[in-house]
Amino acid sequence: MNRRWRMLGERLSQVIPVIVLATIIVFGLLQLVPGDPAMTLAGEQATDERIAEIRHLYGFDKPFLVQYGTWLGHAAQGDLSRSLLSGERVVTLIGQSFPHTLTIVVLALLISLLVGVPLGILAAMRAHTRADTAISALSSVGVAIPNFWLAMILVTYFALGLGWLPATGATPLGESVVGSLRHAILPALALAAGGIAELTRQLRSALLEVLSSQYMRTLRAKGLSETAMICKHGLKNVGVNLLTVIGLLFNRLLGATVVVEAVFAIPGMGSLIVRAAINKDFPVVQGVVLSMVLVVVATNLLIDMLYSVLDPRVK
Amino acid sequence: MASDTSKQQGRPGPEMGHRPPLLSVRELGVALQTRGGNLQLTQNISFEVGAGERVGIVGESGCGKTVTGLALLRLLPARSMQVSGKILLDGTDLLRLPGRQMRAIRGRQVAMIFQEPMSALDPVFTIGQQIGEAIRAHFPVGAREARERAVDVLDRVGIPLPQRRHDEYPHQLSGGMRQRAMIAIALACQPRLLIADEPTTALDVTIQAQIIELLVKLSSEAGTALLFITHDLGVVAETCERVLTMYAGQVVEDAPVEDVLVRPRHPYTSALMRSLPNLSVPKSVLPSIPGRVPNALAMPAGCRFAPRCAHARPACGRAQDALPVGADHRVRCARFDELELPGTAA
Ligand SMILES: Nc1ncnc2c1ncn2[C@@H]1O[C@H](COP(=O)(O)OP(=O)(O)O)[C@@H](O)[C@H]1O
Ligand code: SF4
Ligand SMILES: [Mg+2]
Repeated sequence: MNRRWRMLGERLSQVIPVIVLATIIVFGLLQLVPGDPAMTLAGEQATDERIAEIRHLYGFDKPFLVQYGTWLGHAAQGDLSRSLLSGERVVTLIGQSFPHTLTIVVLALLISLLVGVPLGILAAMRAHTRADTAISALSSVGVAIPNFWLAMILVTYFALGLGWLPATGATPLGESVVGSLRHAILPALALAAGGIAELTRQLRSALLEVLSSQYMRTLRAKGLSETAMICKHGLKNVGVNLLTVIGLLFNRLLGATVVVEAVFAIPGMGSLIVRAAINKDFPVVQGVVLSMVLVVVATNLLIDMLYSVLDPRVK
Repeated sequence: MASDTSKQQGRPGPEMGHRPPLLSVRELGVALQTRGGNLQLTQNISFEVGAGERVGIVGESGCGKTVTGLALLRLLPARSMQVSGKILLDGTDLLRLPGRQMRAIRGRQVAMIFQEPMSALDPVFTIGQQIGEAIRAHFPVGAREARERAVDVLDRVGIPLPQRRHDEYPHQLSGGMRQRAMIAIALACQPRLLIADEPTTALDVTIQAQIIELLVKLSSEAGTALLFITHDLGVVAETCERVLTMYAGQVVEDAPVEDVLVRPRHPYTSALMRSLPNLSVPKSVLPSIPGRVPNALAMPAGCRFAPRCAHARPACGRAQDALPVGADHRVRCARFDELELPGTAA
């Protein structure tokens, strides 16, 4: 346990520069966006003085490093400033949006695992048979289907056609678990198709590699069944690969929600950043990107820690 | 190398020959299925192993020793390799057993250990778990009982602090300890035959001697028969009672070790002996045999050793059968009677 804490400390110290770098990039990129946020804020008929006043008020006239330093200082204390549009605190906006996104992403990840892992095991156990070929054809389709297209098909069929599930919107998890899941299931399915395919493929190839290893021969030589070999030894040995895939998948799903949230009109992080970017609402864009970076970094940290649980060789 | 332990321990008495053998291999052959057709890797392999007997298989790398060992336990990939002939264990042909019954044989009746102990052990399970699951695959015992038995077998294979080692992972052990752990897994269910495929090739010289000594000791204590596969005739001479010489996928000589050391009947066996400057030198690279093992794609029609044999005559151009030299000595050489071949004494 002690070793794990020390490892966590080490990883954290490696991660902080990554976060700082990410914030610099985000901050710097926004400077390159054409147009002047002060002008946008001041409105169509504003005088030059009014624009200058606003520019000063928001600190847009300060040098880049000063602006960045001020923002970072506040951010470190949990203050991400306020939206230029609504004047609401950015932290509040994120607090409202993030749960919607997280619900969809976690649900999509669970569906990917629940379907992808058994399919991957089946494909490996029946490698080079018809079942395997069928699974691999299906996963090629799953990888190739665009999320938004699948999303629209699902909405058309299950929501608009059959009326089983709501077509748009979201319910906070805290308000109604059932309502929240009913809203989340179609977007999660749209996201999960790629995840299922990815997990199935990766698990199949990782399992096949493990199956051809020398220790599998030892296991067979001592009289173990195929099922014990694959489901006990195979799965534990591919655990590290599987974790990596899950981590990457989670991060990818976070990114992919932007499109799916748009199709389903879900007020999540994707919708928030799209609206903010269109309106040059810089503090919101910065806040959303920063929190996404933090989530991704935290996921990777968690995965790193789990490696050492699964694989005794990881120091 | 191991001292002459074998000379004192576990020698079967003369009554041995009258009992039916534990293992009887008849005309075993392994064919590799390739796009261009079947490629015969080994063929016409026939031999017997008596209960508690220690038999060595020697031959240069690539002659089919590993393929033969794996075929005995049906561990070859069924998709690409076809096994023909008979493998009779107590008279039952293993090649005809359904999968479930074959599993009951593996580890329980016949166990196997391999060359590279690190890659042969599952890296993410403890040594104890890997022994325990072998026990629980064959005996209806609980976790606690399995643990006791596992610790006990670790102790028997000479692993110090067996209680602690039980809970360690393969990477935490040294090479020699890993091979001992492999032996512990193999012997956990007290099999009647242990196939050891070059169990010491990957180890240091001093460790090699210890492992060989251990195998001989355990086999004679428990009456476990041993099929010892090695490229090193010196090791066989010290550990086994009988030796099979393999060349290019065939057994070319099958004889009691004592006889063959004094008077080998096959020119290849003789050449193997002469390439050992001294039986205590472990690595034999066969410097004195010119030429190379023929490719399975281009086997000589007659005697397979003919291209390298100093005694080759036109008569050797016919396929060679295994001919009886004596009651328990067979050789695949038409000229065995006319030749005076040197053994180790020479
Ligand atoms: N999995 C395999 N696929 C194709 N050929 C193989 C395979 N295993 C062994 N062989 C071939 O079979 C022959 C015998 O190999 P092997 O039994 O490993 O020899 P040995 O153990 O005596 O060194 C060699 O020619 C080798 O190339
Ligand atoms: S049959 Fe002829 S070629 Fe073959 S080993 Fe005997 S003497 Fe040599
Ligand atoms: Mg070999």
